Order: sequence, then structure tokens, then C-alpha cells
Amino acid sequence: MPDAAGCWGPEPGADAVVKAAWDALAGVMDPEIPVLSIVDLGIVRAVSADADGRLSVALTPTYSGCPATNVIVLEAETALARARLDARVSVVIAPPWTTDWISDAGREKLAEVGIVPPPQSGKRALTAPDEVIACPRCGSTDTRQISRFGSTACKALHACNACLEPFDVFKCH
Amino acid sequence: MSTDLKEALFGYTLRLGDTSLVLGHRLSEWCGHAPELEEDIALTNVALDLVGHARMLLTYAGELEGKGRDEDRLAYRRDVFDYRNHLLVEQPNRDFGHTIVRQFLHDAWAVELYGRLCASTDETLAGIAAKAVKEVRYHVRHSGDWLVRLGDGTEISHAKVADALGRLWPYTGEMVERDESEQALVAAGIVPDPAELKAAWTARVEAVLNDATLDRPADGWMQKGGRRGEHSEHLGYLLAEMQFLPRAYPDANW
Repeated sequence: MPDAAGCWGPEPGADAVVKAAWDALAGVMDPEIPVLSIVDLGIVRAVSADADGRLSVALTPTYSGCPATNVIVLEAETALARARLDARVSVVIAPPWTTDWISDAGREKLAEVGIVPPPQSGKRALTAPDEVIACPRCGSTDTRQISRFGSTACKALHACNACLEPFDVFKCH
Repeated sequence: MSTDLKEALFGYTLRLGDTSLVLGHRLSEWCGHAPELEEDIALTNVALDLVGHARMLLTYAGELEGKGRDEDRLAYRRDVFDYRNHLLVEQPNRDFGHTIVRQFLHDAWAVELYGRLCASTDETLAGIAAKAVKEVRYHVRHSGDWLVRLGDGTEISHAKVADALGRLWPYTGEMVERDESEQALVAAGIVPDPAELKAAWTARVEAVLNDATLDRPADGWMQKGGRRGEHSEHLGYLLAEMQFLPRAYPDANW
């Protein structure tokens, strides 16, 4: 059905609306790391549509206390509504989010803005203390950790001993 | 789930939620006061995680109770005698070393507990634990490293954390005590056996105290009562501050 302005929303075919939802969500940026979309970040866990084209979207928080979670849910709902999609957004906590779910594109975007992407964990939940972290500016591996806790819950603060530049590292989680 | 089991699980979840909330609030009091900027950020980051755990746990507790109380209702509309947090976490902030000792004694318990709760037969509790354990592993490294640095540091830093350890040790007994109301939960595989938890906590604490060149205090008389709502005078002041806004302006939205 066209809406009041005469525009058409996506046809109610499950595949089409699900794709339209992913496209809409790819435009929602993380409020604290605005180079990453919530799809890049891997926090959109599931998008499904029922026979009538009504969507269910499941998001998962990065950290339990991340203050951005509520904002992200609100922005996802807004983006879906703007795309004229009938969607219900819910928050799921299991299985817990891991930095391994950050997409390759997301990792590249982090590196471009000088945030070291998280080491890929395998089974490790933490950055090992002896992890070699290369400076995102000069590439030197002579770097040190300044603080395990950085400007947001998901980052730690490091500094380069060669060029002296401080920089953020996305923590392996 | 039987009514009795549900009630026991409500009590258990409430205790975990209250403990996270009260410690989260204590840590938030450091905002703007920590000895260096990095620690200011660290302590408040940990506070945020703990408040996040409290939100999940209190939401679930409210569902188990089935009386329509949500996380906010439970956090802001209960007085001291209805709080079930451990006495350890309501102890007021003193110096930074004292905060680190309090945090480490708690973190060592939390990491062992949540690690085991991941295998709970209760799906919701297991999900919350799987989320929380990743964060508390990070916390215990932070507080443990600091404890070693201060304990094995200067004469003054050693004396300060040794003093704090002596002050706080009597509050650790109730964290791992055997509790009749928990027996049914243990039998149902919902929560870990407190004896096993106690052994794991003790081993973890002793290893770090050893590295920190600190003597483990003797297990003398232990102060208990948090599980029954019998608290030290400090909790009332904490709640008065934390609950001021929702009590003064009920149902405020922002």
C-alpha cells in the first residue's frame, strides 16, 4: 500500500523485507564509535519476517552496562520505521556478544580511524598481556598499555613508545 | 518450576542483583576522585558493568517474583531491610587501596560464581552469567594486578592494603556461606554448590595475596546478615543518595 505521501514500502515478501531491514540497520551508526554501523559491530543478531511481512529484529548489547544500548535500540527502531518496515526490536543477551562478530569491513573501518581492531580471540576472552599491538600511526610494535579501561567500555588505552602517540585498542571480548 | 523453587531462585537472584548494584554505586562514588585519570575511568567502567549486571538480575528477579516489580521498582523502592546484598560491598570507600581490596575480594567471588552459573539448568540465569563472566574476568585482573602492585609496593602502600584486608576480611564469610534456602537450587543444578565455590574463591584469593606479599587473615568471627536484610549503617546512606530522585519525583521519566 502506498502511504499518505504516495510512497511504497517494500513488498511484503519475507526475503525482500528482511533484506530491506538489514539495509536500514546498516545505516545505524554506533553512537560512541560512529564509523561503525551496528551491523559492522555484529550486534544485530537476527532479522526474521512472518507471513505478513512483520519483522522481528534481535539486538545484543556489547557490554552489560554499555550506556549506548538504549540509544541503539531507539535508533534501530527509527531507521526501520523510516524504511516503512513494520518491525519489533528486542534485546537478547544469549549467546553473549563477542568482538569476533565485528565484520571484516568493520575491522578495516576501525583501523582507518586509528583504533586498533580487537585481536581475533578464538577462545580467549581477553587480550593477553604479551599481545603485540602495533601503533596505528607509525606501525611500530614498541607500544605499551596505559590503561585497561579507555574512553568507552569496549576500548583500552595504549601509547606508542616510538612516536609517542596515545591510541585506542578495541578490547578482545 | 515449583513455587518453592521459584521463591528460592527469586531470593538468590535478588542477592546477586543487589550486590552488583550496591558495589556499582560505591564505585561510581569514585568518579572525579580517583588518584589518576586512568583509574577514575577504570573504576567507573567497572561500575557501569556492575550496574548492567544488576539490571539484568533485578529484571529477572522481578519476573520470578511475579508481582509486577521491574528493575527500577526493585532498585529504587526498597529500603535497607529489603536489600540482600553482601555486607562487603556496602562498606564505604576509604583510600584507593581499600577500594582495591574490597573489589578484589568481590571480583574473585564473582568470577568463580558466574563461571559456574554458565552451566546452570536455568536458561535465563545461565545467559546472564555468560554475559557477566566475560566482564568480571577483566575486573578481577584489574583489581588483582593492583593488589599485587600495592601489596608488593612501598612500605606505605603495603601497610594500607594490609590494613584494609584486615578490616574487610570479616565480611567475606557470608559470600560463600552454606545457606539452607539454597539447597534445593543446588540439587536442581540451578546454582553451584557453596562448598565448591568457597574452595575456588579461597584458592584464587590466596594465590594473589601470596603474590602481593600479604598474609591471609585468619578466619575468625565473621560478620553476617546481608542475606537476611541485616545491614551495617552505611547502606542506608548509600540508598538515600541513590534513591533520592525516584523517591522525590515518583515515576519521573528522562
